[in-house]
This record gives sequence, C-alpha cells and structure tokens, in this order.
Amino acid sequence: MRKLIVSPSPHIHSKDSTRSLMLDVVIALIPAVICSVVFYGWRELLLLGVSVATCVLLEWAVTRFLMKKPSTIGDLSAVITGILLALNVPYTLPWWILVIGAVVAVGVAKLSFGGIGQNVFNPAIVGRVFLLVSYPSQMTHWEQPQGLFGVDAITGATPLGAAKEGTLGQIDYADMLFANIGGSAGEVCAIALLIGFVYLLCRRVIKPWITLSIFATVALTALIFWGVNPERFTDPLFNLLTGGLILGACFMATDYVTSPMSVWGGVIFGIGIGFLTMMIRYFGSYPEGVSFAILIMNAFVPLLNRWFHQKKFGRK
Amino acid sequence: MKALILTVAIITCLGLVLAVVLYLVAKKFRVEEDPRIDEVEKVMPGANCGGCGYAGCRAFAESAVKADNLDSHFCPVGGNDVMAKVAGILGFEVKAKAPAVAVVRCNGTCANRPRVNEYDGIASCKVKASLYSGDTACAFGCLGCGDCVAACQFGALSMDPETGLPVVDEEKCTACGACAKACPKAIIELRPKGPRGMRVYVSCVNKDKGPAAKKACAAACIGCGICARTCTHEAIVLENNVAYIDPAKCKLCRECEAMCPTGAIHGINFLKPLDKEAVKARIQARKEKKEEK
Amino acid sequence: MARRTFSIGGVHPHDSKISRECPIEPLPIPPVVYISVSQHIGAPAVPVVAPGDKVKVGQVVAEPGGFVSAFIHSSVSGTVKSVGPRKDLAGNNQTHIEIAVEGDEWLETIDRSETLVTDIPDDNKAILDKIRLGGIVGLGGATFPTHVKLSPPPGSKCERLIINGCECEPYLTSDFRTLLEKGEQVVVGAAILKQVLGDVPCTIAIEENKPEAIAHIKEVIAILSAASPKFAGMEVLPLRKRYPQGGEKQLIDAVMHRQVGSGALPISVGAVVQNVATSLAVYDAVLKGKPIIDNSVTVTGECFLHQANLLVRVGTPLQFILDYLGGIPEDAAKVISGGPMMGRAVANLDAATLKGTGALLLLTEKQTRRRPETNCIRCGKCADACPMGLEPFLLQKLSRLGDVEALEENAAQDCIECGCCLYSCPAGIPLLDIIRTGKGAALAAIRARNVKK
Repeated sequence: MRKLIVSPSPHIHSKDSTRSLMLDVVIALIPAVICSVVFYGWRELLLLGVSVATCVLLEWAVTRFLMKKPSTIGDLSAVITGILLALNVPYTLPWWILVIGAVVAVGVAKLSFGGIGQNVFNPAIVGRVFLLVSYPSQMTHWEQPQGLFGVDAITGATPLGAAKEGTLGQIDYADMLFANIGGSAGEVCAIALLIGFVYLLCRRVIKPWITLSIFATVALTALIFWGVNPERFTDPLFNLLTGGLILGACFMATDYVTSPMSVWGGVIFGIGIGFLTMMIRYFGSYPEGVSFAILIMNAFVPLLNRWFHQKKFGRK
Repeated sequence: MKALILTVAIITCLGLVLAVVLYLVAKKFRVEEDPRIDEVEKVMPGANCGGCGYAGCRAFAESAVKADNLDSHFCPVGGNDVMAKVAGILGFEVKAKAPAVAVVRCNGTCANRPRVNEYDGIASCKVKASLYSGDTACAFGCLGCGDCVAACQFGALSMDPETGLPVVDEEKCTACGACAKACPKAIIELRPKGPRGMRVYVSCVNKDKGPAAKKACAAACIGCGICARTCTHEAIVLENNVAYIDPAKCKLCRECEAMCPTGAIHGINFLKPLDKEAVKARIQARKEKKEEK
Repeated sequence: MARRTFSIGGVHPHDSKISRECPIEPLPIPPVVYISVSQHIGAPAVPVVAPGDKVKVGQVVAEPGGFVSAFIHSSVSGTVKSVGPRKDLAGNNQTHIEIAVEGDEWLETIDRSETLVTDIPDDNKAILDKIRLGGIVGLGGATFPTHVKLSPPPGSKCERLIINGCECEPYLTSDFRTLLEKGEQVVVGAAILKQVLGDVPCTIAIEENKPEAIAHIKEVIAILSAASPKFAGMEVLPLRKRYPQGGEKQLIDAVMHRQVGSGALPISVGAVVQNVATSLAVYDAVLKGKPIIDNSVTVTGECFLHQANLLVRVGTPLQFILDYLGGIPEDAAKVISGGPMMGRAVANLDAATLKGTGALLLLTEKQTRRRPETNCIRCGKCADACPMGLEPFLLQKLSRLGDVEALEENAAQDCIECGCCLYSCPAGIPLLDIIRTGKGAALAAIRARNVKK
C-alpha cells in the first residue's frame, strides 16, 4: 500500500530559503566587488578570494569536526562575511593579516556562539575591528591604487583621516560618489553600494528602516554640529559619503541576525548607530566610527527586541 | 602617597556605610520562615523534577512543613529513605511505599506494527497526537517521537532505534512520573517494581476490537480474555477490549503470560525464561482436575 | 485594481486555481456511505437510527447532542447497516452511521426542481428553525452551527452581514464555481440571512482573482434588487488577493476596518460572516426544504490529470471520489482535505467526506515535503507574515520552553493557525507545529482562570 505523507498544515512553503536570501545579498554585493577590483586592481581580487576561502573553509572544518553537525557552508553566510571583511580593509593589507581577521570573524564572532543565527555581533565587523586594533598601522595604510584600466584615484589618507588631521583640502562630492577617493575597497564607490541596496529592497530581502534611520541621524547630527561650527566640524554630505557609512548602513547594520526584528526597534537601532558614528568621528581618537557604532548597537539588540513589538491585531 | 591613602580611606568609609545600610535593610525586611523548611530541603534530592506534584523541592518542603501528616507528600525520587528523613525532621510517622518504576505499555515495534503512512512534521508526540492517530494503524500505541525521553531528567529513558520504542533504565528511573505525564497516549504507567524487579504486565493499551487491533499490530492485546479466565488470583480485568493486570493482586505465576495468544503480556526480570509448554500443561491439568470434581 | 484588504501581515502563495474552468458535476452515489456524527464544532450528534432501518435522502439520522450541535441527515436512500466506531481521516475512531445505498429516493418535502425561488418568508423564527433543522453549519471550514451564529447574544447588535467569497486558499475553486453557477441562489440565501439578522446591509466579499464571479454577482444583485425590496442594501466588494483574507477576523478588518479583539466574537464589532456555500445551503434549506446532504468538493493538484469540482453526497469515502477520477497518480505523496494552507493531511483514505469537506488536494513530494530545520536567522519574515501581528519566532521559543505565562502575554492564544509563519520561514522551522502546543497551553490557562472566577 502506498504510504502517504501526513503532516500538520500548512502543506506548501514559500521559495525563500536561508540560502536564497544570502545569495541575494551576495548578488547585491557584486557591483561593489566589481568596482573595487576595477579601482584597486587584481590585488583586491586576491584579498577577496583569500577572505572568502578562509571563512568558508573554517566554517566547514569547525562544523564538521568540532561541532559534529551537518556543515552550514551551503547557506552562503560565510561567503558574505568573507566579502564584507575584504571590502573593509585597505587593499594593501598583507594577505596573512586578512586570514587572521577572517578566522576571528567566523571562528570567534560566529561559530563560538553556535553558528549562523546565534551570534550577537556582526562577524565581519568583529573581524575588522580586531584587525584595526591589532594591526593599526597596516589597517590605516593607504596607498595610491593601481587601477585595472589605469583608473586614476587620489592618494594618501582617507578623507575622514585627513579631516581629523586637519589637512583636508577641497572636497569633490562627485568623486566620492563615483569612487575616486582613498579608503577601504568597499568605501570606494557609493553608487555601486546603493545599487546593491536597492536590489535587496526590491527583492524584499531587507527593509529600509534601519538604513534610512542611520542616514537620517548622521545627516541631522552633522547638520547641527556643522551649523554651529563649520570651521571645526565636517558637513553632512561629506559624512554621508565618506568612510564605511554606506557599506555599514546598507549591508552590515541590516544583517538579519544582529539587528532588531521590529520596525521601531530597527529605527532606534539605526539612530544609535548614526549618533555613535558621528560622536566617534567628531570627538573620538579614531577617524572612523561606523564599525564601533554597529558593534555597540549590536549589544543592544536583545533589549530592543524585548522592548519593541509588532502591533498585534485587535489590541491596543 | 596621599592619593593612595585617600583612596583606601574613601573605600573603607563607603564599605562601612553600605554595610550599615545593608544590615538595617536586612533587619527591616526580614521574612520569618520556618527553619525546618531549609532542613527538609537539605535532605531532598534537589532534582526539582516535580514528580511529587510540587513545583520543586523547596515547594515540597514548604508544603510538608505546613501539613498535618505526610500522607499526601511523597518524593518518588528520594523514595522511602528521604521520606524517613523528612518525617524525622518534622516528627511524623511515615509508611514505606513500594518502589515504583515506569513501564512502557506498548509492544508496537517496527516489526510488530507496520507503518501505514509517513509523518513529516516536528518530532513531538504531542504535536503528532493532536494531528492524527499516528503513522501506524494503531491509534493507541507509541508514536515514537520521544517526548518521554525529553521529559526524563534522570537519563533513564532512551529510544531503541531498532524497535522505535522507548526503553526504561530501571537503575536510573526514579518513578517521578514526568514521562507518564509527557506521553499523550498515556502508555507509560508507574508500576510497583516488584520483588527483585519481577513483574508481569500487559504491554498494550489498544482499545480496538480484536480483529482491528490484531490487524494493526501483531503483538496487540486483542481483548480475548483468556488471561482473565486463566488467572486464579482475580488480578486481571478486561475493560474496553484491553486487559489490565492489577499489580497488587498479581502473584507473578506467569500463567497469563504463557496463555496470551499474541504475546502482549510481558514478564520481566525473572530468573528463568518462561517455559510456556510446562505452564500450559499445568493449567490444563488443573482444569481437568476441576472437571473431574 | 481593488485596494481593500486586511491591515496586518499576510502572504501571497501562488494561486494555482487550476480547476477553475471545471463546472460542478454530480458524483455518482457510492454503494455505501458512512455518515459521521461529528461533522461540526461542538457536541457530536446523537444517532436516532438503528441497523436495519430504511432511510430516505434528507431524513434525519442524528439529532443535536447539545446547544452547539447540529442535525445530520441521510445523504442517500437505503438501509442502515451499522452504527459504530470507524476511523476518520485522521485515523481516530469516530461514530459513523453506515448506510447501504438502494436507489435514490428523496423525502417528498424536498423541492428538487431547478426553479429559482425568490419569495422569502417574513417569519424570521420559522426561517431560523428551518436552518436549524436543515443541519446548516458554516461551510467555510470551521463548521460552526449556523443557527447559533445567527442568534446574537442579548446586548449585541449586528450591523453588517459579510458573505465570504474570498476563497483565499490556493487551489480551491468550489466557492468560485458556486458563485458562477448558483449565484442567484447564493444571493437569495444571503438575503435570507440578512433579513434574519435584522435587515442589515450585506457585503459579498470576493477576491479580485475571480472577476467573472464579481461581475456575475453584481448582475444578479442588480436584477433581484429591482424586483423586490428584500434585496436592497446588498453589494459586492472586490478585495485584493492576499492570504488569509477569508479568515473571519481578517475579512471583517478588510470590509469594515474594524478589528475583533482577542478572544472576542465578530458580533462584538457588529459583524456576522457567512461563507458562500453556507449561503447556498441556507437557500436550499429555507426555500427548497433541502437539508445539507451534499456539498461541492474541488478535487485538484498539478499531479492530477482530472481536475474537477464535484457535487458529493455527505459520507462518500474519499477513495471512491479519487477512484472516480482515475485513482491517485503515482507521484502524489500527500492527500489533503481542504486547502494547502489550512487543510488536514489525510491519513486514512477510507474515511468519508463531511459537510465541511471543501476540497481534496493532491500534492507531490517535491511540493509538500518539509525542509530540514536549520537555525533561525532572525529575518523576521514570520512576524511580517503573521496576520494577527504576533511574533512566531518568539512564540515558538516560548512554546518549546513551556512558559505559559509569557505565551499568554505575547498573545499565543490569538493565533489563527493560518500557517503564514511556517509558509514564509526560510530556515524551515516548524513554527506553527510548535506554536499550536503553546496556543493550547495558553488557552487552557485562560479557561482555568475563568472557571475559578
């Protein structure tokens, strides 16, 4: 006799899977990856390869041999961590330092918490911050890039670093938007990042609230300070376009696992990130603060999830 | 140097002031509690399993201290030893209870009970039971998802992958009853352990009529009543097409076990294996003697 | 494009209405029917026939076993063979009345002609009585006895009758076909219902993926309301396609913009919702003297060659229906009674249809197999999908922990078991499976507290 399957309802499932969602994020990162390779040359591609390979291999080895569970590399989350980490370091970084960063990102920040879904902090950011603190000179060493097609980029310190040093000259916003500035690979082309962000929104992978509230807070905070003292503080547009803000706001702060689940939780989360970023930029000893801001706000996520709930049907 | 002294002085003063505050607060908000509660709690096993019917060992102790006697209090985990100690502290007499053990009353192994459909959902007996009768034709038997195993705090239950049924480790079982509560089909029963662990029980709860039960499971109790007619101690009752052996009346003669046509009656922990033919011959002889009279 | 819909959550599963072009055709009468005494929510009915009795179509075979209960009628003519336990579609024993079919002889009181009767009697009490005696229950899925729903508790007042023609579940088409083929009868039935409820306005809500039905019902209402004032105040409201629009609370929200509170009945916001098929049954019972003895059943599935909408006598074995359409195809792995979102998987094909059986759906292994469970990635898709605004990711955790207090605080008892959470979970977590147990625990706690009071 035929054995029918019996299970509780519902009997059909949407096509979304962890893998398909992560694949969408990878696709969304492709423009930024292409941009960075074009502007920084093959070395950037090497870094990306090293980073992704380390993350994936480590996750495979740890789940297989230490946790003795089915491997989770198929869900592609390690690939995303690898790409984001590589986009977050200078292209001149020695590859072995990047390997250490990837090990910290996936091994310490993700798998030691129990793997995907269990981590409190964004793995790529933990990896980056670890490197920033451990190898400060290599992590802040910016060199004139040798673009693939001889694309010319400006030299020297990142605009934010220059602003901190007080050596910032004339700013060309169009350059910032279209990638002609120094910095980490992923900070380079704002347009490429925004294209990816729009793709994620269209595919309904993420919701815009966190990102928008970060942008709004950064702009507002900068507007207030700049309005009061334009000599000392940089202007809002500059702050929106520089540093890892767009990369952080679009791809790292919106990480499912380490961001709040409710809309209002997300808005508060974004305000916190935006405000902390600006405080670190204006008053901190580091020129850039997005990573630290996201890490700090990651810690508040459980609390935000507890405080902010969805509106329930038929209840006040 | 000055800074050092100042630091030490400030910390010391702060410590003193806070100590006084703490002392006063503790004095003011002190809750009078029967000291015997702590004593009783100390002799409890501390498993907080809830087998006694209270939320935990502390709750048991609080209730026991207030009670007039210990008739309604029994710690199945600690057993008579612990109850004797509790009674000693509280000045009560306590009657020793026969030690019990969890018994799985289902014989529906993969071999005995063919699967007729495939369950594809969360591995939970509770969910499965609320959905339908199970993946076999028997609507009463073990669902095999291991809710009882998950409920056991003492590691006394495990699923046998070969039979698909839970197995009780009698050494570890404390008869707390958590598994019996967790089982949605009420298959697990707490039965007295019996002398040297010997006991006879019906390993089936199928209430279907004989043919239906037999069709669903080769080792089902088909409610034929042979056991009840064979038993000379009136220990077996037949209700809803299923036999039940009263452990208080059973004399462990194993005659029912020998006579059961489906092998639904189990005798365990006996020294010798059951010699069915000898027992049947004995019963036959007794019958003939009766008829002669 | 229709804009109206409910306000929170919802999902958009693929429509899959592949049997929409199949007209409703009567299924031959099986040689034996098995009529369950538990075909409605509430107390099972009490059989009033004994083995050997001769029965006719429409004759009462079981009487209500309580206030919330319903009459059950013989769907065939023949001899009662047995009254006793038989396995239902879930494999559990249930009392069934087995009737061997002999001919097809109907009670004389039933008007079997096709002529449309539009003459609604004025005596509401008599109408209610006819609905009760006709064994009418809600045919939208819940099978709640209709006469109970039509008798609002004192102090509450009905302001609007909503006829639920959403059929928001994928695959199902029986309501759609009913609207197309028996639209007049449905509208007259709705007019009867609205008169009983005190001449309230009536909205027939239909999702926009059924434009033919919307047009047809609009036309029918126009013709009928021109003929008699009893059909005034009726309208068709197209709704945007979205699951679970047909959920009672969601439908009221969509039509009236009012949200029924937790644990409250629709009447608390002045609404009464009845299904299209129920409306037709009311017409049959009140104006034709015909109790519920058959209902239309969609038999469908991509793996199935012969899609059909069948008029099936109550108590027909499922196997008989499937055999009539050529048997179960090789690659069908699951048979579902009802839609793919809320229907019940059939464990026993020998089980018989009930009044509320609206569909038999066959799905292949690929379509229906659960995905392996992986870690929650906290994407929040379940919370976005929940039409009750609950947080399934949280409720499943609390259910696993058995924290009844927190479950109640987070409104586990409000869950309508629509399945949107499990449907949308990318990690394959069996959210609803687990939440059901938590909902049960929370409801039990609330009941226990109310009893104490």
